[in-house]
Amino acid sequence: MSGRVFALGVAFVALVTLPYWMTGVYYINVASQILFYAIFALALNVLVGYAGLVSLGHAGLFGVTAYATGYMLQLGFGHPMAILVALVISLISVAIYAVLSLRSTGIGFIMITLALGEILWGLAYRWISLTGGDNGLSLKTRPEPFGYSLSDATAFYYATLVIFLLSLAAVTVFVRSPLGAALMGTRDQARRMSALGYHVWAIRFYACLFSGLLTAVSAILFVYYTQFISPQTLGLTSSAEVLLMVISGGAGTLLGPIFGAGLVVIVKTVVSGFIERWNFLLGAIFVAIVILMPEGLVPGTARLWRLARRKRARSSKAIPGSAEAKP
Amino acid sequence: MTFWLVLTANSITFGGLLFLLSAGFSLIFGLMRIPNLTHGSLFMLGAYIGATFVIGMLGVKMNFWLAAVLATLTVAFLGALAERMLLRRLPGDQLAQVLVTLGLSFMAADFCLLVWGGDPLSVATPPELAGFARLGVLVFPNYRLAIIVIAVIVAIGLWLLLDRTRLGAMIRAGVDDPDMARVVGVRVSQLFTIVFALGAGLAAFAGIIGGPILSVYPGLDQDMLPLALVVVILGGSGSLLGSFVGSIIVGFIYNFGQALLPELAYFVLFFPMLLVLLLRPQGLFGRHVP
Repeated sequence: MSGRVFALGVAFVALVTLPYWMTGVYYINVASQILFYAIFALALNVLVGYAGLVSLGHAGLFGVTAYATGYMLQLGFGHPMAILVALVISLISVAIYAVLSLRSTGIGFIMITLALGEILWGLAYRWISLTGGDNGLSLKTRPEPFGYSLSDATAFYYATLVIFLLSLAAVTVFVRSPLGAALMGTRDQARRMSALGYHVWAIRFYACLFSGLLTAVSAILFVYYTQFISPQTLGLTSSAEVLLMVISGGAGTLLGPIFGAGLVVIVKTVVSGFIERWNFLLGAIFVAIVILMPEGLVPGTARLWRLARRKRARSSKAIPGSAEAKP
Repeated sequence: MTFWLVLTANSITFGGLLFLLSAGFSLIFGLMRIPNLTHGSLFMLGAYIGATFVIGMLGVKMNFWLAAVLATLTVAFLGALAERMLLRRLPGDQLAQVLVTLGLSFMAADFCLLVWGGDPLSVATPPELAGFARLGVLVFPNYRLAIIVIAVIVAIGLWLLLDRTRLGAMIRAGVDDPDMARVVGVRVSQLFTIVFALGAGLAAFAGIIGGPILSVYPGLDQDMLPLALVVVILGGSGSLLGSFVGSIIVGFIYNFGQALLPELAYFVLFFPMLLVLLLRPQGLFGRHVP
């Protein structure tokens, strides 16, 4: 356990000092991307990992927040007002999203969320008077919380880091709370939870709201980072990318989605630097992980590591054991 | 008046095309209990492979119908291969199977972009169906009429296959109760391969038949998959009649939505699906809730 605490401490120090040892605007921007995608992956993981509900429309919700922020700014509102309204709109849309999709679980849930995501994509793509269609919406400025300008890459990185750490803390508290335990109960034994008197639907609904709120937070960071939003962000590919982050890292773990986000963003950035076949690679990684390491890279590696250690422990124990065996 | 008539005729044509696409989707969904997210890609692959032969990109220029048959067989084989090599490794794990089909659909889309490039290919209408037919006030392309006829023929063929043959009886048994079908000696896992190949072939056939109307372009897969999804949710999974009625309904909604409310076309398309999900989750003709 202390090894784990030590590793987390090292990771924390590394993140805080990152702009000092990893100089260059490009790398700092990649780090910011990893962090806000990690929030997005953590949000989706609340549903995929802890509730057992695979949503394939989360990029749609992400897009609603981003468009709402951009649209409010275009109407001439200030940043705090735009963010506040975007959060409220996101919560309303995720509530509708949840009411519609929680009619079903398992494959039914996947299909409904896929359809809802496609609706949102279609609206963004076609409702040109509101969204600008394929041209998207541009944001002119980044906000200045407490008079601290975020237009510089390092400043934006630190703002993202703070929000990332707060989100991680929120997810940790949520998962370890009685509500989180009940949510995992509904994932594993929904009928038994219902018989025990839990309101399974309500628990799943709260999980959706929580996931939607975190998604909105990451979307606001995203839209301020790129200062641009287009329908492509809402597409099935984007939903699948986040799902890949969750699944590759390890669904139902706290750190897995963060590693997954790092993996996907780095592979995507590095690979698309010299070849254009990112989607092919995305699909291939997807298939390979689902078939070869279905529990995800972090738990999968942990399992192999434990296995190797136990083997070593057994072989070192076996020598004195065999000596005692023949007195 | 003519506007409405043309719109109606186009809707029926598009419905016929959708039926070819979604009949296989519905069968796969009914039997294997997974929405096959590669279905749009299979449609697109069929369209691209068919177009390659029709245009004569490999140096062999071919008759449209021969190209259609070749594309259908190729994609049916690919479908069977994917089922045998990948989906078979995840027995009973439907979530993992869906994710594998999702991954495959990305690979297929990128593969098509790599091989055929980003420019749309237009497929010429087969010369024997190039003219127009006069139906009262309506002048309508022969080819579109032919699509309706083909869809009806395929529907009857599938109905005969499912309702009158031993294989059909086994598939129906598998759809209704896979465990019980296994107990009485039906090799359900073999049916999976057959149905997957059949569905893939039908999707590819729809792709090449739709080529002259829709043309073939990157992103065709993502345009068609949601439509198949809506058809099956509306009609109910595993039901042939359901996919037929669902296809016609979606054909109408899609065409009228595009013409009358272009900005909200997608919303109009998905709204009836949501209504069905809320009021009748098993679909209009479905037997079980997904």
